[in-house]
Amino acid sequence: MIQSINHQVIKVGIAELDIVKTPDTIRTSGLGSCVGVVLYDEVKKIAGLVHIMLPDSNLARAETLNSAKFADTGIKALIERLNLEGVQTFRLKAKIAGGAQMFKFTSAKDTMRIGPRNVEAVKKELQKNSIPIIAEDTGGSSGRTIEFNPTTCLLNIRTVNQGVMEI
Amino acid sequence: MGQIEKITSLHLDILKEIGNIGAAHAATSLSELLRKKIDMHVPKVEMVSFNDMMEHVGGAETVVVGIYLRIEGDVQGSMFFILPIAQANRFIQRLINDPQFNFNNHPISEIGLSAMQELGNILSGSYLSALSDFTRLNIYPTVPGLSVDMFGAIISIGLIEISEVSDQVIAINTSIFEEDIKHRNEVQGHFFLLPDPESFATIFKSLGVS
Repeated sequence: MIQSINHQVIKVGIAELDIVKTPDTIRTSGLGSCVGVVLYDEVKKIAGLVHIMLPDSNLARAETLNSAKFADTGIKALIERLNLEGVQTFRLKAKIAGGAQMFKFTSAKDTMRIGPRNVEAVKKELQKNSIPIIAEDTGGSSGRTIEFNPTTCLLNIRTVNQGVMEI
Repeated sequence: MGQIEKITSLHLDILKEIGNIGAAHAATSLSELLRKKIDMHVPKVEMVSFNDMMEHVGGAETVVVGIYLRIEGDVQGSMFFILPIAQANRFIQRLINDPQFNFNNHPISEIGLSAMQELGNILSGSYLSALSDFTRLNIYPTVPGLSVDMFGAIISIGLIEISEVSDQVIAINTSIFEEDIKHRNEVQGHFFLLPDPESFATIFKSLGVS
């Protein structure tokens, strides 16, 4: 793909969120059980990405809440951030990736199932906000690095064993 | 939370000593296993953000061989043994006597994977039994899991438990290296011990520090 000279890649860390406008792209690295949620407006070519660690803010036992860490509060915060940019919620579409189970354990402990639980929570929150999921690459046992391009609305996904794909 | 912020330099010294004792025992086990001299770096105890944690060992996207286990018992936490691919290859080639073995060749041979699994069992076992002897605490490790993948995807599982109470992690980080390639100044393998936030008080108390 030909990229303009001013093209930037906006990096989103774990439990963080940010937004991107064409021609820039937005990226997060090393998703394991975490889920990367991309919300985008194809007309305005604006998108946001949140790197979620935990399914539910009710799990929080900290004094200060980092909303980007949880599926429920993270998606809400991302929608609000996009609203501030003049994007209307009903125009938003979603692409999601991540939620792997990196290690196979027999332990029934919930932490071990955190990937699938994160994916379920993300889907529930998106449904609550009537945001359709256009594409997803979730589950499995591989780490993922994802990059979204708001110009093409494609999500590029790189894994160690399966190479690169776009959804 | 609060607990983590109240940690003093004495506490840090205790955590360093835990890293020191654990990794020294693991290095000895590895040395016996490979019949090679294995040395260790001075342990580091770091209180860092999750993103800084992901930047170890070359960054979130670096492909590594990772052994992970949960610690249960008097102390809870996560433990990792992380090897760069090249180093894991050298160890396993030597262990199974197969110079062709490579973690980059898929599918990875069963014998190589089970040797790596066993190496992880032995090293984490000697690290944790040293820790248990030192603190006189009961520590029950789960059977270690093995993954060859991006460092960030592997280490983040250890941040999950901590992330419910904090946005920072205290990591006891010890690295080991083969003595004869010391001059290359490469760190060869990392132990990361990430106690759950509630477990720090237990660790300090066990050593007579409140």
